[in-house]
Amino acid sequence: MGSRASSLLREEDIEEIKKETGFSHSQITRLYSRFHSLDKGENGALSREDFQRIPELAINPLGDRIINAFFPEGEDQVNFRGFMRTLAHFRPVEDNEKNKDLTSGEPLNSRTNKLHFAFQLYDLDRDDKISRDELLQVLRMMVGVNISDEQLGSIADRTIQEADTNGDMCISFSEFTKVLEKVDVEQKMSIRFLH
Amino acid sequence: MEGFWAVFFPVLRVWFTCLVVLIMLPAMFGISLGITETYMKILIKTLEWATHRIQRASRAEEILKHSASNGLIQRDNSSLEQEIEELRRDRPKSADHGDFTLSDVLYFTRRGIESIVEDDVTQRFTSEELVSWNLLTRTNNNFQYISLRLTVLWGVGVVVRYCILLPLSWQTTVQIVKGWLSELVHLMCYRICARGLSATIHYHNKQNRPKRGGICVANHTSPIDVVILANDGCYAMVGQVHGGLMGVVQRAMERSCPHIWFERAEMKDRHLVTQRLRDHVNDKTKLPILIFPEGTCINNTSVMMFKKGSFEIGGTIYPVAIKYDPQFGDAFWNSSKYSMVSYLLRMMTSWAIVCNVWYLPPMAQKEGEDAVQFANRVKSTIAQQGGLVDLAWDGGLKRAKVKDSFKEQQQKKYSHMVVGDDSSD
Repeated sequence: MGSRASSLLREEDIEEIKKETGFSHSQITRLYSRFHSLDKGENGALSREDFQRIPELAINPLGDRIINAFFPEGEDQVNFRGFMRTLAHFRPVEDNEKNKDLTSGEPLNSRTNKLHFAFQLYDLDRDDKISRDELLQVLRMMVGVNISDEQLGSIADRTIQEADTNGDMCISFSEFTKVLEKVDVEQKMSIRFLH
Repeated sequence: MEGFWAVFFPVLRVWFTCLVVLIMLPAMFGISLGITETYMKILIKTLEWATHRIQRASRAEEILKHSASNGLIQRDNSSLEQEIEELRRDRPKSADHGDFTLSDVLYFTRRGIESIVEDDVTQRFTSEELVSWNLLTRTNNNFQYISLRLTVLWGVGVVVRYCILLPLSWQTTVQIVKGWLSELVHLMCYRICARGLSATIHYHNKQNRPKRGGICVANHTSPIDVVILANDGCYAMVGQVHGGLMGVVQRAMERSCPHIWFERAEMKDRHLVTQRLRDHVNDKTKLPILIFPEGTCINNTSVMMFKKGSFEIGGTIYPVAIKYDPQFGDAFWNSSKYSMVSYLLRMMTSWAIVCNVWYLPPMAQKEGEDAVQFANRVKSTIAQQGGLVDLAWDGGLKRAKVKDSFKEQQQKKYSHMVVGDDSSD
């Protein structure tokens, strides 16, 4: 590496990102180095191919869905702000107390926002509900060729049946939240950053 | 203007003569005037002072509060099964087949995001991040202007590196290309080379040095590995015939000891390659073969998958661990970023190359052990000795995409969690 990565990131930018995401100064500079090392084209933005180059991510069954979460609707490039905004969902919740007054509205790493991130992994067309089709597609990604269509179909049906409370055969975000209410989302969707 | 050049050239000539007499000649004969040692001592003191200044200035910044492993995040290595069990713990167990929950996705999500922030593989193909700056601009990531004194020191460093070390190395390269004659001269030339690169090498356990008819395997960081090892013994190199600068060097080397060079087409024929290597090994008068089973340069923080080819030849394996000290100069050759020539230039203008070489006891394939297992065993031994991370990932991932079969493995594992052992298909 050895390039002057951090000098391309101005202090004002770092302050803004700090306010928006709650990451510390050193975390932001180190994540910027990481962003820069992934950015093979050196154009200040990451494309889907840049993410695909990470072997561990490429072999993750949900790799494509996770990568997609970084890109806003219809866009092919994500800049550093967008990158940090998405990663901010995975900040542990304890650090929240310090930043309560700095962020307006709910912080990106609140339980609700973490759940929303997971919800969007299923919601392929971003219409705020998970249809049977969408659920099947995601299931197929996770199990590969190892389960038959019928079996997968019945798994999907059962899941929707259990979650669906208003009878529209889809899972809305509130229904999704209800299903996961006992899951320790704060811990399972947090990454422990070392300072 | 004329007057300037008239004065300049004699000065230059005197300068070079000094360098030759004081440094190169002693090097040829393997004796030392103590200049290199003093240089190293001064260098270490200077770098320590510089680190101190930076630390003082950045106390508010937490830049240097890294953990020992210099990592960004802490990952726990629990398995897929463990994690998914935990996620499902609070959910009422469903009686019939098909145990899937919406929360299963959280496991893959977290793993995915963790690998985006920090993964084991891509970081091996770029230079190691230093905890403190070593006054080379190239490693300047997070260190901004600290103080006037430090900047002056850096300036002096530039002068030293480009006016002393560089001409020195250039001289030695010229000598080397003029040709090797015999084993003795061969050794001498490598010594000059090493001296030219300001290399300080510590050899450990010399009693385990590779013997004739054996195969020496080592972890690979840069082309300089060859110089490092050849400084302490003669080896037969294996590799592809190159064009350009490398080709010239290869042909020059051919005159002194019989190396094993392959045409590109021949390399594809694995049996041919193995047979030629086997013939060489079985001839006990031939020099030990030097092979780098990783197949590519890695950044010296880890050892990646050893290709099993070298371990199928038979013969005794002599493992060698090479670890460079990153403080003095980064030896890693990032071939996608730097050409050979610019890499050598960087090497010549680094402070020095300090490394440790450990000769490990010879190993042979055990009964019932296949080539892959043997390769992994040797790899672990080298990793342990050198203090490097032992990775199963293929160094070829530097350029190639990862195989789909790994993803399929993950999918299979997860499917078991969903349908249990009576999975259809």
